[in-house]
Amino acid sequence: MDPMESIKITYFEECAELLVAMEEGLIAMENGEADDEIINAVFRAVHSIKGGGGAFGFEALVSFAHIFETVLDRIRSGELVPEPDVIKCLLRAGDLISDHVNAARSGSDAGIDDEEVKDELRELSGEASEEAGADDFEGLDFAPMQFDLGESGPEVKAESVWSIHFAPHASLYSKANEPYLILRELAVLGDMAVEADLSRLPPLSLLEPEEAYIAWNIVLRGDITRTAIEEAFEFAAEDCDLVIELLPPDNDELPALPQLPDLPEPVYPAVPDLPASGLADAMPAAVAVSDALKSPEQQKDATAETAQKSAASQSIRVDLDKVDRLVNLAGELVITQAMLAQSVQEAGLRSTSKLGAGLVEFEHLLRELQESVMAIRTQPVKSVFQRMPRLVRELAVQTGKQVRLVVEGESTEVDKTVIDRIGEPLTHMIRNAIDHGLEPTEARIAAGKPAEGTVTLSAEHRSGRIVIEIADDGAGINRVRVRDKAIEKGLIPASAVLSDEETDNLIFMPGFSTASTISNISGRGVGMDVVRRSIVELGGRISIVSTPGSGSRFVLTLPLTLAVLDGMVVAVGDQTYVLPLSHIIESMKLGKSDIHSYGREWELLDVRGSFVPVVRIGNLLGIEGSCHKDANGVAILVESESTGRFAVIVDAILGQRQVVIKSFENNYRHIEGVAAATILGNGRVALILDIDGLALLRRAQRESATPVELKATGS
Amino acid sequence: MSKVVLTVDDSKTIREMLRAALTDAGHTVLQAEDGVHGTEVLANAGMVDVIITDINMPRMDGYGFIGHVRSSPVHRATPILVLTTESEPAKKQRAKDAGATGWIVKPFDPAKLLAAVRRVAP
Amino acid sequence: MEEINKTAKEGRRQFITFCSSGQEFAADIMTIREIRGWTPTTPLPNAPDHVRGVINLRGVVLPVVDMRARLGHGITETNAKHVIVVVKIAERVIGLLVDAVSDIITPDIDEIQASPDLTRDAESDFVEGIVVVDEKMITILNMGHLMDSLREHAAPGTLVA
Repeated sequence: MDPMESIKITYFEECAELLVAMEEGLIAMENGEADDEIINAVFRAVHSIKGGGGAFGFEALVSFAHIFETVLDRIRSGELVPEPDVIKCLLRAGDLISDHVNAARSGSDAGIDDEEVKDELRELSGEASEEAGADDFEGLDFAPMQFDLGESGPEVKAESVWSIHFAPHASLYSKANEPYLILRELAVLGDMAVEADLSRLPPLSLLEPEEAYIAWNIVLRGDITRTAIEEAFEFAAEDCDLVIELLPPDNDELPALPQLPDLPEPVYPAVPDLPASGLADAMPAAVAVSDALKSPEQQKDATAETAQKSAASQSIRVDLDKVDRLVNLAGELVITQAMLAQSVQEAGLRSTSKLGAGLVEFEHLLRELQESVMAIRTQPVKSVFQRMPRLVRELAVQTGKQVRLVVEGESTEVDKTVIDRIGEPLTHMIRNAIDHGLEPTEARIAAGKPAEGTVTLSAEHRSGRIVIEIADDGAGINRVRVRDKAIEKGLIPASAVLSDEETDNLIFMPGFSTASTISNISGRGVGMDVVRRSIVELGGRISIVSTPGSGSRFVLTLPLTLAVLDGMVVAVGDQTYVLPLSHIIESMKLGKSDIHSYGREWELLDVRGSFVPVVRIGNLLGIEGSCHKDANGVAILVESESTGRFAVIVDAILGQRQVVIKSFENNYRHIEGVAAATILGNGRVALILDIDGLALLRRAQRESATPVELKATGS
Repeated sequence: MSKVVLTVDDSKTIREMLRAALTDAGHTVLQAEDGVHGTEVLANAGMVDVIITDINMPRMDGYGFIGHVRSSPVHRATPILVLTTESEPAKKQRAKDAGATGWIVKPFDPAKLLAAVRRVAP
Repeated sequence: MEEINKTAKEGRRQFITFCSSGQEFAADIMTIREIRGWTPTTPLPNAPDHVRGVINLRGVVLPVVDMRARLGHGITETNAKHVIVVVKIAERVIGLLVDAVSDIITPDIDEIQASPDLTRDAESDFVEGIVVVDEKMITILNMGHLMDSLREHAAPGTLVA
């Protein structure tokens, strides 16, 4: 790859990190928690974004970052007090700079409408007029160190002769400047004659080693501009006496000055008379030279040490494929171990035998290995949460409501896939919370609530799962309206008797939308059913708790990792299946009269007086040899996201275990009712059933009025 | 002439750009992420030929770092170039007062960077 | 597929031949990853007859297609002598249940005839052509099409939720 391209990738990666730091800092400022270091960090973030952006020529980005940075610099230096209004403006500027970065990444470094915010920033920056800002930006393009060697200045044409008097001060040496190098630069410009002026050199006994005593008189001839000469002295100009004069053009011969022997190489010509006198004044510099000429080995060591140091304080980026390969291999190991253990057992060896004990130890280590490998896939949920403050700010503006977002548990680690796919559902729920959940300000005041509504977004680990909550302190779900809507949409019969909880859950039904007027915020054709679907696809669940008058809380429960699953292994006929434990409520041995027919199509199971529909897996999946005698069967009560509770009838429960999820969709295709597969201890493949899919399959079976044709013919 | 150059900048982008340009020209590059890290690298690396440092950095900024180098008996004669932008004349002056040898204006192109290094390194 | 084209340029392709229900078939050797003995499969619900189910191939869940059933001759009565030809194209892997693997042939590319028009239909879409070797007619299979047909062939039991 072109090195600049690869640095550009680095730049955008870095920008992502800087934007996070900036956003965090700005929010800390908003909450009044910002100390100097935080303000400095925000400044640095914007500064670095600007710096890199300049290198790639992202002009709109740099121009915006510049004015933003100026304001931050004023706050940093105490010139500007970060009042709430100022911080509001900074937050908007933060959003815009993020937009600018995105635009630059997508290759369209323009078209961001930032004028309004820019004007506000300009006002805060003390640079009143637009011109001031523009000039300042243009300055960035200006290259002050240009060496236009071939080009003569407008006032001096062709050959000119310059006389230069150069008398360094001690400070020139203390800043590690070196007259020899300056003379070397000058020699590049043209023919040069140098004479050392030793007149100020004291007797040795009076000589101060760090004082500067020597000056030089230089005559320089060639097609040379004054600027070029000044540039050679640029770094030293403050620390020396410097007189540059143009000698009369007719002064062709220079008898007064000794001619230099010869200057063979125009690039790095040695200045012959320098070392003796120059180095005397610049001893420390000379030490630096000799010490720097150490062996390549030493230099390598130094480089390695540096590398080690940075490694200790940094993380590494690893290709996700590599991690997944590791996860897979760890999974294979677990399976192989289970197979070994089974063989050992079958061979009649006891677990107390040396081999048995070794295997147990092996299993422990493997579990640990597997967990550690899984942990690589996890990341703090922060990367998703950090997008929300901006969303909330924008929604607050759009709805005219006052909203405060409280974020908790950002450092909670979740699987990378969850991170990648949870953003949209969360966005949608936060939209809902602000748009539908929170009351308009007047209504809140009338209800005796604070004018500012609060939306809380939190994440935590809870008993082996990740729980994400989105809560608002709004009006809560309007159950009467939800119910009316559900009836109107034909989702429930008008006569339905529903508990509060059941009513609240209607909002997850496909085709439900409570907004009586479709607002342009939530009403984007995506309902809570889609949100629920995405959560379920991640192996999670969603529920709602609502209290009229005081708000709603959505609770998302997600698995820690998507690579393994806690399953219940069951037998159905001659087949073995795995049911996700997360969907199982309880299991019970079937009695003779527990199942009752219900209509033509259905059976209901009596669970302590409440009736739930029955799904016979053997029938549904067409498994031969499945027992149909209820007396021998087991009912497993499960909760489906879409259709509520039902009972799955299987022949036997074989046990609970953690299984490695293996997808086969790539090699085959999706099968309704099957989530994935796994490999059991005996090496055989077992299918992991999808509870929701089973429910849908059962419903479709009923709707088609004839049993689903389980074995299709191949022709 | 190959030089050992220590670059100190908290921006990975800038560090990488410096590294690309300098190694292209045959120099050996050491990197540090802030002033404190820079002093650690210097302590380990011994002498370097040139130091290029940013001003705005966490933990120890460029001024602090320059001060540290100039007060070190071993490193005080090492040339230091600071990275500035044209819009920061005050910073340039402050860096100069702290003991900077010269400066490089961002955004820089490799030719200007190498010229600046050549102008301060023997 | 790239490899196939490359070999094709040289005028010759190598095929592995196998028999199923009395017919000889050939598959490009570049698509064959391995050949293994029959192991019982885990059946897939609502799959067509010719999809015998899945097996564990060193951690990969491999769908197995019964060649005999795919040709409409009914399900193979499997025994330990049957073999599964493991076919891999791009990142997709499937197993093909056949009676036995017979030979490796290297016919000249000009010797491969297109399948006669009259015999073509949607079901034989995975036939690439015919070649005669030692007076035996061998049907050359297009493994890519065979794989694709697994996806398109939605079983009647599949439901749209």
